[in-house]
Amino acid sequence: MPKVTVDGIELEVPNGFTVLQAAEAAGKEIPRFCYHDRLSIAGNCRMCLVEIEKMPKPVASCGQPVGEGMVIFTDTEKVRQSRRNVMEFLLINHPLDCPICDQGGECDLQDEAVGYGRDHTRYHENKRAVTDKNFGPLVKTVMTRCIQCTRCVRFLSEVAGVPELGATSRGETMEITNYVERGLTSELSGNIIDLCPVGALTAKPYAFVARTWELRKTDSIDVFDAVGTNIRIDARGSEVLRVLPRINDAVNEEWLADKSRFAIDGLKRKRLDRPWIRQNGKLQPATWDAALSAVVARLNGAEPGRIGAIAGNLCDAESMMALKDLLVGLGSPNFDCRQDGAVLDAGNRALYLFNTTIEGIDEADAVLFVGVDPRREAPVLNARIRRRWVENTGFVAGLIGPYADITYGCTHLGEDGAALRALLDPAHEFTVKLAAAKKPLVIIGQQALARPDGAAVFAACWQIAEAAGALTADWQGFNVLHNAAARVGGLDLGFVPADGGKDVAGMVAGGVDVLWLLGADEIDMAALPPDVFVIYQGHHGDRGAARADIILPGAAYTEKPGTYVNTEGRMQLAQRAIFPPGEAREDWTILRAVSALVSKPLPYDDIEALRQRMGEANPVFASPDTVRRIAPQVGLTPKGDSGQLSDAKFTAAFATYYQTDPISRASPTMAKCVTDILPPAMPAPVQQAAE
Amino acid sequence: MLSDKDRIFTNLYGIHDWRLAGARARGDWDGTADILARGRDAIIEEVKASGLRGRGGAGFPTGLKWSFMPKASDGRPSYLVVNADESEPGTCKDRDIIRHDPHKLVEGCLIASFAMGAHQAFIYIRGEYYNEYLHLQAAVDEAREAGLIGPDACGSGWAFDITIHRGGGAYICGEESALLESLEGKKGLPRMKPPFPAAMGVYGCPTTVNNVESISCVSTILRRGAGWFSALGRPKNSGTKLYCISGHVNKPCTVEDELGLPLRDLIERHAGGVRGGWDNLLAVIPGGSSVPMIPKSVCDNVLMDFDSLREAGSSLGTAAVIVMDKSTDLIRAIARISAFYKHESCGQCTPCREGTGWLMRMMNRMSEGRAEFAEIDLMEQITKQLEGHTICMLADAAAWPIQGLLRHFRPVVEQRIADYKARTAPKIAAE
Repeated sequence: MPKVTVDGIELEVPNGFTVLQAAEAAGKEIPRFCYHDRLSIAGNCRMCLVEIEKMPKPVASCGQPVGEGMVIFTDTEKVRQSRRNVMEFLLINHPLDCPICDQGGECDLQDEAVGYGRDHTRYHENKRAVTDKNFGPLVKTVMTRCIQCTRCVRFLSEVAGVPELGATSRGETMEITNYVERGLTSELSGNIIDLCPVGALTAKPYAFVARTWELRKTDSIDVFDAVGTNIRIDARGSEVLRVLPRINDAVNEEWLADKSRFAIDGLKRKRLDRPWIRQNGKLQPATWDAALSAVVARLNGAEPGRIGAIAGNLCDAESMMALKDLLVGLGSPNFDCRQDGAVLDAGNRALYLFNTTIEGIDEADAVLFVGVDPRREAPVLNARIRRRWVENTGFVAGLIGPYADITYGCTHLGEDGAALRALLDPAHEFTVKLAAAKKPLVIIGQQALARPDGAAVFAACWQIAEAAGALTADWQGFNVLHNAAARVGGLDLGFVPADGGKDVAGMVAGGVDVLWLLGADEIDMAALPPDVFVIYQGHHGDRGAARADIILPGAAYTEKPGTYVNTEGRMQLAQRAIFPPGEAREDWTILRAVSALVSKPLPYDDIEALRQRMGEANPVFASPDTVRRIAPQVGLTPKGDSGQLSDAKFTAAFATYYQTDPISRASPTMAKCVTDILPPAMPAPVQQAAE
Repeated sequence: MLSDKDRIFTNLYGIHDWRLAGARARGDWDGTADILARGRDAIIEEVKASGLRGRGGAGFPTGLKWSFMPKASDGRPSYLVVNADESEPGTCKDRDIIRHDPHKLVEGCLIASFAMGAHQAFIYIRGEYYNEYLHLQAAVDEAREAGLIGPDACGSGWAFDITIHRGGGAYICGEESALLESLEGKKGLPRMKPPFPAAMGVYGCPTTVNNVESISCVSTILRRGAGWFSALGRPKNSGTKLYCISGHVNKPCTVEDELGLPLRDLIERHAGGVRGGWDNLLAVIPGGSSVPMIPKSVCDNVLMDFDSLREAGSSLGTAAVIVMDKSTDLIRAIARISAFYKHESCGQCTPCREGTGWLMRMMNRMSEGRAEFAEIDLMEQITKQLEGHTICMLADAAAWPIQGLLRHFRPVVEQRIADYKARTAPKIAAE
């Protein structure tokens, strides 16, 4: 641990720290444009110059490793002058368009100009102009503003693993470009907007919409995948205008997937803002009173065992708790949250969680994916696995399922059950590699479980994990990767059929007379018998609403305080950013009202009491933001039998990453992504014969 | 004046055979195995003792540079990279070595690589040197065929091979770390230091980058002894050097002579003197386009070596002497150099990317006189803002010529502006 002195403050810093990090540790702020903690060091903006004793020239602190006894000065006249000089160079060709620039108010260049800019220009030549580039429907470019820091280039090639940006030409004609005028195909491309220190890259859908200081900022949790990305919702009045990631090193670091960032314009379209009742085959607007009385009449008239409920992918745990309590109160055992029919055993958390935890990925040295496309189903989590692959030259990855470019070296082992069965053979090449790894991961996706032989797939994966040493006292490497934000919460609450209850397939096949869909849009509506009475409670006029007999308008995730449990079992709280539109209400309150009307009142009148009830149902809900890595239980074995494994092919979870749920299906931006960002025509590589 | 017996480059002008037979006749490849038999440390010590300083421009002691290479491998191979991307305007010494005496370089590569534990050398030659590349490749092939390099180089048991890589013609690729990037197949952007190439060079392995001339001297030094070499030249500036004299001289040439030779002697003895006589001299750029010019008053007495020129406020650089007589428009000459550096800036660091263009535009106006007097100071400040604030030295190279101009010929610039103002001032009609 070298000792250094920063502006007279003596401190010890870890080996390998840079001068910039040491200065930060000493509480000194060093201005920077190109440096970013999570990217490689470029050292090209020259803004972070500091003076170091015994070094004749000012030193770029971002790239200079600390040495024993180094004496660093971050705020001498010489340093300040160097920064002023760099600012002058950056500004001579930077347009003076702050008043119309979307970055205004949150622009690093603007901020530093306050400290180090001149009040007038000494540059009397013509300014440079750069042609704007087409980065697709998400990222708007104003390339004249670019200061060539190359953060975007480094992010896409290092973190996202989709090296589509680069710099062409040199000197002052250097330009950042994607070479071909086609949209960026990364699912993480929106992050370059956050990374861009100036207004060169801004959000296209957000162009000229708002100023940062007009926005009300609310902490929330993302619901478009099961990673539980921490987000900040920026709203003005009753509109959500943008979503940005919050930093949480244990979950999303500081990245956010594109769907989560850009699908929010779907929140303003196709909304259910009043109750509807189907009359004469047509949905008619109704009042809450009429709708609730109709619901109550149906519930009272139905045989308790013929009432069922299905919870959707975006539900908060509160509404699922209330719905389950309502169903139990009515005497029905039919409720299920596994819309896709995945065979998940809610009886033991180790059998449905991402047990390694997201942070635990940082220790892994091998991975087997089964029936999952991590790049599309959990982009942020995939970037973390990618980093392991980058850091660790011996990292082994294999995928069973439809071929997918997951942005790093991965052996495609096959796409059907037979390929999985082959891995049960300890002599299989990949099995040997997995067994040789110290901390292997087996990651099983929802599509692998949502098949008739899902239990067998599960059992086979479990066996492979056990054989690979992924289930030892020191290392729990068996993981279920969810793609629905509500799923783990639902399983934790026991939102699965009680004794004798029917599961999703049973209910859809006509096992019930009254079906309550809580934001459930992903079931096969056509398979529902026409005489099933469907109550749809949700926020979007999507598939469920189209089939509904009564629509009860609920709130989207931005419009209610909610609890979500991510794929690793981390329970997180989201705050309300705006109120639901029109007559729509927070979901649990609708259920509470119904319960009173059917004379089975739920024992909670406010959200605190409800959350206490959840905590009693499962202690997970009493401890927010914590996740425990559970050592595998001795003797735990899943119920399935790997011998039953069929040869059927695994299928992809979604047709397109951009449209997977009611919100993104309603989003014009996401629709544009589908048409504009074509999946790169990349044939599966020729497989080497796998024995 | 260097006597013929002390010349290293005995076929500089290509009058003899450049191929292996000719090289052998001149003494190359003679007893190379014996040199290798002395061992790594002895070779490095000998080169250190000779006082050989890098001939690429910076003048860093070559033996010392070699000693930074790891003594024992940590599993990574070591590499020698020879910088033959000779791009400095005015410089053409490596070119003459490669086309007329390539075996000096090939043999030097073997000895240097052996001394630093490298089994592989890369020679990065600039793309425009196509015919030179053919000679070099032929020399390497000949040496390989003759067993001078290869799995058992010169019968020493040392496995060694050379790969020649042709560059694309960017000036910046002559900067050692940009050269390594380019060699790896990437864009030629200089790397941050540390880590230095000796710790992490090409492909992340320990690497030493040497100039062609430095490497080509090595075999002769080891054959004739460090004492011989260090006796030539001046203390700390020992040995012989190839000078490239161009510009307003009667006989432009590349010539080998001792370091520390007076500039006037160099020009008058070897280059046939300044066009129109010594008194017609205006200024000299003594070390390639990037170094500050020196006026005639300095040229009268200055010695051509690293330390003397540094004292004179310039630098030996690559010893490419660009002579300018009184017919030269110095402002236009420097404006042209500014345009060159603007064109060759890699664009990575802010000061260089933005500053070189700014300087060029100001210089262009200055050459017409279309500027304000205050802008002379501004321009000088800008050069100071560039100098020493970037990853590599290109920004310094862009700044120095202008600094040299303003240091010695500021009145000329002022006069140009005054003339322009007088010429373009609105005529006031006489009543």
